Amino acid sequence: MTRKVLMKGNEAFGEAAIRAGCRFYVGYPITPQNELVEYMSRELPEHGGTFIQSESELATINIAYGIGVAGGDCLISSSSPGIALMQEGFSFACMAEVPIVILNVSRSGPGIGGIQPGQSDYFQMTRGGGNGDYRIPVFTPATMQEAVNTIYGSFEIANRYRNPVSIMVDGMMGQMMEPVVLPEAKAPLAEERIAAEKPWALVGRGTKPTRNVIKAYAPNTTILETQVLRLFKKYESMEAELPEAVLTDVEDAEMVFVAYGSAARIVAEVMTILKERGIRTGLIRPKTVWPFPNGAFDRLGERTKIVVSVELSMGQMIDDIERAVRGRYPVRLINRAGGIIPTSEEISRIAEEMIGAYR
Amino acid sequence: MKPIYEKTIGMTEAELSYCPGCGHGIAHKLIMDVLDKKGLLGDTIGVSPIGCSVIAHQYMNVEMCEAAHGRAPAVATGIKRVHPDKFVYTYQGDGDLASIGTTEIVHAAVRAENICVFFINNAIYGMTGGQMAPTTLIGQRATTAVLGRDAVRNGRPIHVSEMLATIEGAAYVERVSIDSPAAIRKTRKAIERVVEVQQRKLGLAFLEILSTCPTNWGVTAPEAMSWLRENMIPYYPLGVLKRPEGI
Amino acid sequence: MITTWKTIVAGFGGQGVLTIGRMLAYAGMIEDKEVTFIPSYGAEMRGGTANCTTIVSDHPISSPVINSANLVVAMNLQSLVKFEAMIDTGMYLFYNSSVIKTEPTRNDLQIFPIPANEQASELGAPRSANIVMLGAVIRRTNMLQLDSVESALSKEFYGSKASLLSKNIEALYAFEQ
Repeated sequence: MTRKVLMKGNEAFGEAAIRAGCRFYVGYPITPQNELVEYMSRELPEHGGTFIQSESELATINIAYGIGVAGGDCLISSSSPGIALMQEGFSFACMAEVPIVILNVSRSGPGIGGIQPGQSDYFQMTRGGGNGDYRIPVFTPATMQEAVNTIYGSFEIANRYRNPVSIMVDGMMGQMMEPVVLPEAKAPLAEERIAAEKPWALVGRGTKPTRNVIKAYAPNTTILETQVLRLFKKYESMEAELPEAVLTDVEDAEMVFVAYGSAARIVAEVMTILKERGIRTGLIRPKTVWPFPNGAFDRLGERTKIVVSVELSMGQMIDDIERAVRGRYPVRLINRAGGIIPTSEEISRIAEEMIGAYR
Repeated sequence: MKPIYEKTIGMTEAELSYCPGCGHGIAHKLIMDVLDKKGLLGDTIGVSPIGCSVIAHQYMNVEMCEAAHGRAPAVATGIKRVHPDKFVYTYQGDGDLASIGTTEIVHAAVRAENICVFFINNAIYGMTGGQMAPTTLIGQRATTAVLGRDAVRNGRPIHVSEMLATIEGAAYVERVSIDSPAAIRKTRKAIERVVEVQQRKLGLAFLEILSTCPTNWGVTAPEAMSWLRENMIPYYPLGVLKRPEGI
Repeated sequence: MITTWKTIVAGFGGQGVLTIGRMLAYAGMIEDKEVTFIPSYGAEMRGGTANCTTIVSDHPISSPVINSANLVVAMNLQSLVKFEAMIDTGMYLFYNSSVIKTEPTRNDLQIFPIPANEQASELGAPRSANIVMLGAVIRRTNMLQLDSVESALSKEFYGSKASLLSKNIEALYAFEQ
C-alpha cells in the first residue's frame, strides 16, 4: 500500500514540485502561501536546488523567466495581489514561449482585499491582466491529492507547449491538511542535459552553427502577426487537449451546479443535503477553467431545468458557463464574496428556493 | 600584409541600425571584442533591455534574450542560477536601468549576483523620442521638459554608480566614457576588469558607460562627443568607485 | 455511534490549540479514517483567538467547512462563548476549567470541564495543558485510540522537539490517573 502523509497544502504543493524534478523556486512572502516559500527555502537546497526570495513579485516572474530561458524548470507562487503584479511577465513569457509553472493560492479582492480564501481571481487567471493576445492554461484542483498530482504533471505540460502553466487553488486549500500520497521522485534535468532536452534554451552558443535568441519584441507588423498566429495554433491544441471536468449525476439532474476548487467541495455536500429534500442535483466540476470544459455542458439532458454557478466571488466563471450553455438553460449564481466561505446549509437553502421557480 | 584592424567576430554581419553618432555601436563592439579575445563568446548569455538596444541581439553574436522594461537584472539572475559557469551580462540604457528598473538593479546587487551590467547612460530616452530620463542634466532639454530639466519641477539627476557603490554585493563599480579614442581605450580595459570580476565570482560588476544620443540631444555626431565631455562628465565624474582586491 | 467527528478546537494563540486539532487528524489518518484539518489563519491569530476545524470520518469528506460541530474544545472563555452555539444537541463540549470560570449556558450537551492547566502543572509540564485536554477528549469520547494519538505525538515531537515527547505522552495519559 502506498503511504499517505498528512501535510499542509502549501507544503504538499512544494513537495510535489520537488518530486517532479523542479529545482528552481522563486517567491516573495504573501499570505496565504507563506508556508510554501518557507518550505522551498528549507527543502530545495537539500536537493541541490536553488531558492530565491525575490524583492517583489515583479522580480519573481522575471527571475523565473530568466530561469526558463536558460532551460531550468521553475515554480513560482504567490497570492492574488502578487499575481496581479506578475501579469506583465506572463504576457512576456507567452510571447517569448518560455515555460514557467505558476501557483496562485488565491485570496479575496479587489485591492489588498483580505487574506481569506476567494475565487475572485478567475478573470485574472483565465483572461489575464497582461497585454496582448496570449493564453495560459489554468488548472483548478479541488483536493490535496489532485493539487499534488496537477503540480507534479504541470512541468511536463509547460515544457511540451513552451508556455507558462498555472494552478489556481485558494487559501483554504493552501492552509488545510489532508492526507496525500506523494508521487515518485523524478530526477531533475541536469544542466548538461538542457541543450539536448530543450534545444531552444540559452546555454551559450558553444560550437553550434546557429545561436539561440529569445525575443518578445516584433520589429514589424508582419512578424508580430505571424508570431501571434503561431501562438494561437498552440492555444488551439491546448483547447483540444487540456479541458477536463468531473461530472457527477448530471444526466438525471434538474439542477446542475458548476463549481471548482473549494467551492466544489462544499457543493458536494450540498448535493447530499438536497437529495434528502427530494431535489435531483448534479455537478460539473471544471479541473481546467482555461481551456474551459465546454463539452461537459453537452451532457446535460432534457431533465435539467437550471444551471447554477457556485463561486466565492461576485460571479466570474458564470460568463464561461453562459458561453458553454449557449442559451439552452437558464444560468444562475450562488455566491459569497469577501473571503466568506458559505456553509453547505446556506447554499442548500438558496438552491432550494431557486429551483422552486423553475419546477 | 599585417592587418591593423579587423572586425571582431563578436559582432554579427548585420548592419547597425543605430543613428549616426550613437554610442551603442562603440559600446557593443568593445564588449563583444573583449569577450572574443577572452574566448568567451561560446559561453556567454546576454540580456537586452527595452530601449533602442532591444535589438542588441541582432548585432551581438552570442546567445541572448530580451527582457521586459527594467527587468534585465532579474532575468540575468535566473539565467546565471541555471548556468553558474557561463558568462552572463545585461546591457541596459538609463531609462531602463535608472528609472523603471531601479528595484531590479539594486536587488541584483544586494544578492551579489555574479553578473555584469553594462549601463549605457546617455541622459535621455532614445527609443521613445527624447523624453526626460532620471539621468537628464539640469537645464538639458527633453520633450517632456522643453525648457530644460528644472530641479524644482523635475528633481535632480540620479548618480546610479555612486548609489550602487554603497551596496556590499556590488563588487565592482566604475564609470567610463566613449567620447574620445583615449576614453574608448580606457573603457575596453574596464570591460576586461568587469568580465574578470564575474569569472572570479566576486559579485555584481557594474560598468556605467557615458554615451551619446545626437538625435535626441539635437546636435551633430561630432558635437555629441564634445557635449558629452563638457556637460556629462563634470556631473558624472569618471573613475573606479569600487574594486575588489586583485582586480 | 458517531461516524463523522466534526471538531472545533479554539483558544488563545500559544495554548497549542492547533496542535490538538492536528493530532486528531493525524491519529485519524493512522487509523485509516478520512480526515481534514483547517486552521484559522492570518491577523486574527496574532494575540487573538486561534481555532481549527478537524473532521475525522469513516466516510469520504467533501467539505472541510462545517455547518455544526459534534465536539468543541474551548481552551479560553472567548472560544466557549463563540463556539458553544455550534454544537449539535446531545454532543460534546470540553472546556479548560483552569482558565474558564464561567459555566456554559447550554444544558442539552455532554459537558466536561477539564482542569488542564492544573493537571499539566502537577506533571511539571505546564505547557502541555493542550495534550492533557487531548487525552481527556479521547478518553471521554472514544473517537480514536489513545495508541494512535501517542503515535501522532511522536510525529509532532521529533528532531529538535524530541526531548518534549516523553512529558507529552505523560500528559496524554494524565486525565483520570
